[in-house]
This record gives sequence, C-alpha cells and structure tokens, in this order.
Amino acid sequence: MINFQHHEMLTNLANAVEQIAKDHMRPFTREVDEKEHSNPEQYIKTMYEVLKMTGGAMSSPVMGAKQEGEKKRRTGNVTSICFVEKLAWGDCGMYLATPMPLLGGAAVGAAGTPEQKAHFLKRFQEGQPKWAAMAITEPGSGSDSGSIQTTAVLEGDEWVLNGEKIFVTAGKRSVEESEGFVVVWATVDRKAGRAGIKPFLVDHHTPGMTVTKLEKKHGIRCSDTAVIVFENCRIPKANLLGSAEVKASASAAGFKGAMATFDATRPPVAASAVGVGRAALEYTRDYLAERGVTPRYGINRNKLTSTEKELMRMEAKVKASWLLTLKAAWMADIGEPNNLEASECKCLAGRDMVWVCQKAVELLGPEGYSRRHLVEKWMRDSKIGDIYEGTQNIQKLVVARRIFGYSREQLA
Amino acid sequence: MFDLEPTEEQQLMVQTARELAKNEMDPKAHDADEAAALPVDFLKRSWELGLACAAIPEQYNGAAMERSAVTGALILEELGAGDLAMALAMLAPAGVAYPVLDFGTEAQKERYLRACTGATFPQLTAAVMEPDYDFDPTALRTLAKRQGAGYVLSGKKCLVPNGAAAETYLVYARLDGAADGFEGVAAFFVPKGTAGLSVSDKEKNMGVHALDSVTLTLDNVAVSADARLGGEGPINFERIMSYARVALAALACGVARRAYDHSVEYAKERKTWGQPIATRQSVAFTIADMRMELDAARLLVWEAAWRLDRGETATKESYLAKMIVDEMVLKVTDEAVMIMGGHGYIRENPVERWLRNARGFAAFEGLALV
Repeated sequence: MINFQHHEMLTNLANAVEQIAKDHMRPFTREVDEKEHSNPEQYIKTMYEVLKMTGGAMSSPVMGAKQEGEKKRRTGNVTSICFVEKLAWGDCGMYLATPMPLLGGAAVGAAGTPEQKAHFLKRFQEGQPKWAAMAITEPGSGSDSGSIQTTAVLEGDEWVLNGEKIFVTAGKRSVEESEGFVVVWATVDRKAGRAGIKPFLVDHHTPGMTVTKLEKKHGIRCSDTAVIVFENCRIPKANLLGSAEVKASASAAGFKGAMATFDATRPPVAASAVGVGRAALEYTRDYLAERGVTPRYGINRNKLTSTEKELMRMEAKVKASWLLTLKAAWMADIGEPNNLEASECKCLAGRDMVWVCQKAVELLGPEGYSRRHLVEKWMRDSKIGDIYEGTQNIQKLVVARRIFGYSREQLA
Repeated sequence: MFDLEPTEEQQLMVQTARELAKNEMDPKAHDADEAAALPVDFLKRSWELGLACAAIPEQYNGAAMERSAVTGALILEELGAGDLAMALAMLAPAGVAYPVLDFGTEAQKERYLRACTGATFPQLTAAVMEPDYDFDPTALRTLAKRQGAGYVLSGKKCLVPNGAAAETYLVYARLDGAADGFEGVAAFFVPKGTAGLSVSDKEKNMGVHALDSVTLTLDNVAVSADARLGGEGPINFERIMSYARVALAALACGVARRAYDHSVEYAKERKTWGQPIATRQSVAFTIADMRMELDAARLLVWEAAWRLDRGETATKESYLAKMIVDEMVLKVTDEAVMIMGGHGYIRENPVERWLRNARGFAAFEGLALV
C-alpha cells in the first residue's frame, strides 16, 4: 500500500541523528570550512562511539541491510539514506569525514568473502576511529573506468600495485591517519579492457603507498580528497576483491561488483545532496519569515511575488529529489533492480540541489553573498553532489541506456 | 513503513482505466480533437466502467470503493495518458458527486449521488473557474447574496466541463461580505434554465477541443436556500481544491507519460546517418530528463494524495505538487515536439495536441476531482 510514513523506529532514529547534526556538526560547520583539512575531533569521536554502539547499522547501506533480518522486509537502504540526509544537513564535509567504511566498506560488503568482511569491516566496531576509501579515478581515467592504468601484477603470494589515484575521498584518513583501508582499482591485464580491472584491498600504512597531495576544494573542505601513489606496493594475494578470472564478457565479476556497489551508493549520494539543499531551504525560509515573507499556498500563482514563488520552487524541488531518492532506496530494499532509479535520483538531486542553494544565496540578497551566513557555503558544498560518483551527464547516460536497452557501446 | 506498491484493488482499477485509455481514448483522440466533439457513445461506454464515481456508498446504490485520493491519482494518470479532453468529460460528474458525498445534506445526497450511480451518464458538472488572469479560488468574484430565505448569484464562470449538455451546475461563489480565503466560499445547485443564467456557446480553447466546455453568466440568479451545498453548514472548499489539484496533477502526469513513451518509441525508430536518434546524446539525454522529471513529479502528487487520505487538508503539498507538475508536463510535451522535429508541428502527430493540452494545466483549477 502506498505509504509515505516511515516506521516509527526509523523516525525516532533519524530524529536522533538530526540531533547529533545539530549538536556536533552545526557549531563547527563554518570553522571546518575556513580551516581546510582540519579534523573535527569532537564530531569524529562522538560519531565513532555512536557507530560502535549501534553496531555499524549506519556504516554502509549494505551492512545496514544485512542487519535488518532477511525475512522481514529489509529497510537498510531507506534507513541509510535517512541518516545520510540528516548528517549532510548538518555539514556535508563533516559527513564525509565520518569515521565509517563509506564506499570502500560498501564494496567489501557487496563483493567480499566472509574472511575479507571479517578482516576489513570488523575493525570498525572497535578501538579508535577509522575510515575506508575507494580509489578508482586517475589523472586520465574518470567515469570511463575501463581506461584505468594502475597495474596489479601477481608475484608469488602477493599482488604488486603501481600507479596513481586521484580524488580519493577520505584517502588520507583511511590509509595514513587511521587503521583503515582503501579499495584500489587496478588492471591485471591492460589488453582485456574492463574485464581485466579488479578491486584490491590495501591496508593502512602498507609500504609503497603514499599520500602525495590533498586537494584544495570549492566546498566540502572538511573532507580530505587525496592523491595516492602506489610504487611497488605489495599486498597479500587474498586481498583481491571478487574473482581473479579475466572474462571477455562485460559482466566480468570484478566490474559487476563495482556496479552493484554503485547502485547501492548513488541513493546515499543523492541523499547527501538533499540534506544540503534542505539546510539551505530551511535557512532561507526562516530568514525570510523573520522579515515578513511567508509563502501563500493556495492562491493564484500569478499573484505570488517572485520571492514567494522561488521559495516554493525550492521547497518542491527539495521534496521531489528526496522522494525520488527514497524510491530508489526502497526498490533496493524490496530487491527490485534500481539501476535506473538510482541514477535518476542522483542526477536530479545533484542538479536541483545546486539550483536550490544558488537560489538561497540569491534570495538573501547581498547578505547571501556574505560568509556571515551559511548559504554561500552550502552552495559550494552542493556542487559536489552534482559531480562525484558520476556527474549529471554520466547519470543521464545510465538512465538513457536503461530506457533504450542500449549497451555502453551503443550509447556512449 | 515507506511503500510505493499500489494495492491489488488499485492495480485492478488502474488496469481497467489503462484499457479504456488504450482502446477507447488514445486511438480516437485525434479525430475527436479535429471534430471538437467526443467520440460517439464515449461518455456512455466509459460511464459503464464506474471509474469516475466509484466511492459512492452502497446506500445510494454506489460501488462503495474506499474514497482515496491515491487511488484517484493512479486512475487519473491512466486517463490522462488516454486523452485529456475525454478524461475531463467523463470525470465531470465526480466534480459534483464528491463534494455532495463529503458535505451534502441528506436530501442532496439522495438526489445527486443516486443520479451518479444510475445506468446513464449524469449531466452534472461543477463551475469553479472564472475568466480572469488572476482567478483565485480564495478570492472568487462570483458573489452569493442572501435574499429572503434564498440567495442571489452573480458572476461569470468559464471552462465548465460538459457545460452545454449539463442539466445542473454546482456553482461556487463567495458569500457576500465574506473576507478573502477558502472559508467564505459556498456552492449552489443551479439548474439549467434558471432565470438569469446564460450558457455560452461551446468555448473555443487552445486545447481539449473535444471537451464541451462553456462559460456561464449569472445575472442575479435567484436560488432557494436548499440549493446551497450542505445547507447552512460549512463546506471545506480548501480541501475540495486540494482534491482538485491532485486530480489535475495526476492527469498531467498521464499526458506527460504518453508524450514520453511516444518519444522513446520514435527515437528508437527514426534514423539519421544510419543510426537511431536515440543513440545521440542530445536526444537520449533529453529523454532521460523527461523520464526523471516525470518520475519525481509523480511522487509529489502521490504524497499529497496520501496526505488527503490521512485526513489532512494538504493545501501546501497539493499546491507545490501541481506547481511542479504544471511545469513538468509543459516541458515534457514541448521536448516531445522538438524530438519529432517538423513532424511534431503537424497536427496529425499527437505530440502537437499533447503540447496544446499540457499548456492548459497552469490555468486549470477545480476542473476535476478525485
């Protein structure tokens, strides 16, 4: 039955997360933006304790899903995006600095063996805060991940990695500042194209792995975006994620694992965009209400002021993106293929939340441009939602391929 | 728990509506539009399916389906995908039946609900809109003044569906002296032929040509006290308008979906330089956008409908949903015309009609109810 109300337990939990966002993120949100690459110590400490206590239910969508019990309807994906939205509402950069397995963990959850899960995920339940990262992008390879140049060569019982990875979210925190890990995508056979590309699990502080740079960014400045160089970096043979077999077909196991990861992680990325958009919407709404502007719902639209109309559009767009994101996550929970919907929500939320935040800056007039207010920061933060984990155009490509039933060769 | 799966009962009704749209509406829409008349027997045949007024209780001989705006939204999307003019025509009686069900006196229920459960299509319709650029349901210009035990109505109404054939109009008016807002609005049953009521010739509109819509002029039309919907009791006009916005937005989703589906098919078939145009990013991305905007907008409509079903008035939600949907349907149908190129501008191509029909939604208020 069509129902937009969440389970009471989820509502309560989400409210608790929003309280964390209010108490432990918002007070520091300007500071972590101004002091790029500083660590929000108090938030990290608090969140790590919360995450340990809740058994990692928030850590990654895949883990969350597993813990809901297989027989009852799974709610892991919906639960996860509800939490992400709240944290990103608090501060998107800090959310990305949350000590949790993030994308790397999602990949292990989706494609890892029981041993790999035990070794790489269990650590998030104990000790000091940890992070995990995903290293795919290279200077010459983005969403066309088939063109990855980093190599992995098997020498005896070890894989030897060589190459350079860029745009690794939480890269430094994962491999140098904590006992985390990174999932590195490398080719075992350049001639085999995509079929030769495999994910490898590289533990923190592995010799041969160096963080050479932290990017200075437009927004989400609290999130470290690292360049990691691998020079004869040796890892155990067992750290290959998924099958070692190089198949000619496009459904090669390694890639399938990656794609499964992205179907599960695009809705959380959309949710993080929505969180930022909602923050900007609420701030603008309150700012205008204090100055006597309250939207008049129900009257003829030709009678609305332009400010009222824009504020209403902002509100509607935040909600539309959120509902589409919920739909994609819900489909994953009920076991429906959601490849199209996952890309749709990421595309829409990425695009429209940028628009919403730009409007917020505009509606505050000269005040909106001032760093006294957070709207300018949210506008900068929102843009990443339109870019990472596949830009708007890449998402359209995925959606269009699904609509027409085209392969990537037919629609490139 | 969050869920987007319609019930089995809803799926059955959707299936019925989909078949009607596919067999009786879509294939006949072009000719009906050109002839500016509904297909022969369309109202009779569609009425027999019982989709328009399914929620009338058993005591009035109704089908006693649960009154649900969500169910209504699901059905109306299908009808909108069939043909907008036909959909508005077949739904016109619901514009009277549902307010009577919600707010009518017992005598009004006996009379009008029974009329809506008979074998023949009831010639009942509601008159909400007024011919002003700033027509506003919270500031109606049609006035109802008390006179003796009854009322005198004066004003103008436009886009009254099935207006020429209708035998009774439910006319919404602001009670004289009432302030702006939904609260001061009442509705009155005005039979055709009442002194002072004139019915225009069929309107000539940009779209929905097949819809028999008229303008009513009320020049001191005297009606008795029992002609007022609900008697002296208040009606919740605000809620009626929310139902109407959900209904229109759902119809618009249907129009957009039809245009989207058509574009997908065309883009797969039409080749340029040896390849289907769907393989070109400019076309493929446009179609992806159409799909995305439609899928998002539809959820806003469902959510507003769901709130109505929970007993909320949902003014804000239905208003925002309609705002987004009105923009979406125009964009989607416009893009559909563009994808067809010159063919899209030719009236033989349905996208031309869908674009004309879509343009109406920004103006439409109160034209249909769920």
